[in-house]
Amino acid sequence: MTNPVISSPHVHGPANVSGVMLRVVYALLPAIAGCVWLFGWGVVVNLLVAITAALVFEAAFLALRRRPIIITLRDGSALVTAVLLAVALPPLAPWWLVTVGVLFAIVFAKQLYGGLGFNPFNPAMAGYVLLLVSFPQEMTNWAAPAALRSGDLGLVQVLLHSLTGALPTGTTMDALSSATALDTLKVQLGMAHTVSEIRGGPIFGLFGGRGWEIVNGLILLGGLWLLWRRVITWHVPAAVLGSLALIATLFHLINPELYAGPLFHLASGGAMLGAFFIATDPVSGATSPRGQLVFGAGMGVLIYVIRTWGGFPDGVAFAVLLMNMAAPAIDYYTQPRVYGHNRG
Amino acid sequence: MDNQANPGTTRQLWRFHGGLHLPDHKALSSGRPITPATLPKRLVLPLQQHIGAPAKALVEVGERVLKGQMIAQADGFVSAPLHAPTSGTIVAIEERPVPHPSGLSAPCIVIDSDGEERWTELHPHAHWAALDAGELRNVIREAGIVGLGGAGFPSFIKLNPGARTEVDTLVLNGAECEPYITCDDRLMRERAGEVIAGARIMRHALHARRVVIGIEDNKPEAHAALRDALARVDRHDIELVQVPTLYPTGGEKQLIKILTGKEVPSQGLPIDINIVCHNVATAAAVHRAVERGEPLISRIVTVTGGGVAQPHNLEVLIGTSVDDLLAQCGGTTPTLSRLVLGGPLMGITLQHRGLPVTKTGNCVLALTPGEFGQHGPVRNCIRCGECARVCPANLLPQQLYWHARAKDFDHAQDYNLFDCIECGCCAYVCPANLPLVQYYRYAKTEIWAQARDKKKSELARERHDFRTERQERDKAERAAKLAKKKAALEESPAADSEEAKKVAIKAAMERAKAKREAAGVEPKNTDNLTADQQRQIDEAEARRATEKKNESANERE
Repeated sequence: MTNPVISSPHVHGPANVSGVMLRVVYALLPAIAGCVWLFGWGVVVNLLVAITAALVFEAAFLALRRRPIIITLRDGSALVTAVLLAVALPPLAPWWLVTVGVLFAIVFAKQLYGGLGFNPFNPAMAGYVLLLVSFPQEMTNWAAPAALRSGDLGLVQVLLHSLTGALPTGTTMDALSSATALDTLKVQLGMAHTVSEIRGGPIFGLFGGRGWEIVNGLILLGGLWLLWRRVITWHVPAAVLGSLALIATLFHLINPELYAGPLFHLASGGAMLGAFFIATDPVSGATSPRGQLVFGAGMGVLIYVIRTWGGFPDGVAFAVLLMNMAAPAIDYYTQPRVYGHNRG
Repeated sequence: MDNQANPGTTRQLWRFHGGLHLPDHKALSSGRPITPATLPKRLVLPLQQHIGAPAKALVEVGERVLKGQMIAQADGFVSAPLHAPTSGTIVAIEERPVPHPSGLSAPCIVIDSDGEERWTELHPHAHWAALDAGELRNVIREAGIVGLGGAGFPSFIKLNPGARTEVDTLVLNGAECEPYITCDDRLMRERAGEVIAGARIMRHALHARRVVIGIEDNKPEAHAALRDALARVDRHDIELVQVPTLYPTGGEKQLIKILTGKEVPSQGLPIDINIVCHNVATAAAVHRAVERGEPLISRIVTVTGGGVAQPHNLEVLIGTSVDDLLAQCGGTTPTLSRLVLGGPLMGITLQHRGLPVTKTGNCVLALTPGEFGQHGPVRNCIRCGECARVCPANLLPQQLYWHARAKDFDHAQDYNLFDCIECGCCAYVCPANLPLVQYYRYAKTEIWAQARDKKKSELARERHDFRTERQERDKAERAAKLAKKKAALEESPAADSEEAKKVAIKAAMERAKAKREAAGVEPKNTDNLTADQQRQIDEAEARRATEKKNESANERE
């Protein structure tokens, strides 16, 4: 018997990239179910369109780049990008909006940089930001929570709407959609209302936006499951949420009528999704534990700054991309002390 | 420290970064007592089984040797001699394949045993305490003892701290952290007394203030056996410490950190922090060498894995082929897919079964496909950082990988490539299945090669500079001489000068006359030279030859 020369180690643990990616998708399932319950079938249609588009674009570009198609598709990264983007987009988004977002995410933000592992930016967020700056109207038409909308659409009706823009007779987009809580807060603060006045409105729930706070709770649940399964570590989510809560508390204490409190910020918009599912993207984030704390803290502050003083109601996607740019520098300056090297 | 009564319970322990909890598979062989392997017909002994210069053969083909007789001597300071593991005849001294990561061949002495096991005369030192450290080290050196834990560094050197260095702690490594391997476990269980006796000799040689034996807590029987042995000899200066089971606790640097909280400086040695670390099996070998006079000719080898019918712990003569050992363990199973010498994390692939067991070979591992774990397709690094979390040196393996892959060796060194101990933790957990350690070995080898090339070219430049300098010096000297001569001529009295002129004119006239004669008669021929002419020519030739020799000697400098 002659063996080829194989370098040690000869054994390997159970971890693999596909497993990591699949767990991220599993962790989002409760939140997706919550979305369906609260905002209707829109998210399911988004998922169908996004996943199909992602797989098609990824396969096409792998073919162009002469890379193995099936093996690479099975790494699950295109699937994760599609799912994250689909969850982040408004539930009643037209098909082309989703497709353009996915196209940019997969082709421009990932494959053109060399595929998984080489993308400096989180692909889903790159796609999201492209849509946000290009199609602001479509991106702010969020489905109204169940209690506030007049009439419900079935799965087929939502699919038809997505593909053709047609709605059943007697239904209008206005009746189905509403501004988000963050949006409302921003607009009305601009009209010199106080935070307590604004939060008396029907779009607000106990902590954050009505419905949103439940979805955010379910995302938190999925995130905790990822922590438990050791797909992610606590550093990034803790730093994002901690710094966001801290800075929100600070300004809330200074003037509670001008600045919403920390719970509102945590339970609204994309804070939870960003903290547990986006900022924890290893490829585009910081690697070392200390670096992850810096990365997350920077992101939390940026989210608050953009939400409070920026031009957009939510700032998660921008905050992620900005911190992605800083990740290599953060990693460089937060290298751990190697065994046998002097402290300090 | 008052924990002799209940050793290992009150001691403070430290942690090293990272590490892995691995399925240990030790139960396959840990219940198997040490059994002597059957005497093989043929033994193949590589001249290099240690770190340092290969040993130099002392025997010739056809010579009969006795068991324990030195057959190769240490060549230089960092080297170790070799002894005949049994009596027999030297049948060859030649290149043979040896267990090496690259599957190389190397010079080996081949012995055919005569089956008689006749010992050479041994010189035990029962009263070793009367020997001084230098004499003890010499005994250990002559016995060919090298580190049996895997590295194979000549042990006598590690027992020589230097005149001005005090040794605070002698650490005995009984961690045996790699999965599957149980040879040290069995040794400590069955020969605890030998380990303790060796520890005392080593302590004596080092004048160490204290001795600490570290054992992973998955070996309670070994711990108990050592505790009992310590109680029997009533030693209070040897401390027994159970450490948590965590790979790679058995790494020298890691064990030192756990037991003392100190870190061996980067690129340094344990002695830099007044610590010396030896394996428990080395301690037992030291005891045998000193108190019984037996050189290192055998070791305990764990033969295990799903690919072998009956796992065993065998006492094996150095040089026995792996095939012989497998045969004694009931042969291999049909599912065997890879043979490894050493453990599953750091062992080397054996390219065929005929390779011999060397002094450092602690385990023959027969792995079946089911034991490799999950090996999916190799993907791109996703920078998940799992490798950095488990790295016991606290490196950033993913960065080392990027730089090694890009052949950016300067950056790889900036990220402390040479602090990597190649334990394999990073590759074990890598979800992208990257062969990370292979990249680091590649980078290290390339850097070493570059350093060698650099040294070579520096040497050549130095030589060139020297030569230019010498030539200029010669030129200057010649010029000075000429000037001096000229000055002397000018200063000499006129009479002398007239005389010289006359002589010169006469000589010129004679030369012209000879020339005319030569042109008139026949072309000059070296066949009919006068004896005088021949002598002159010979003298000139000899002068030229010595000049040439000097020239080339200068070139070599």
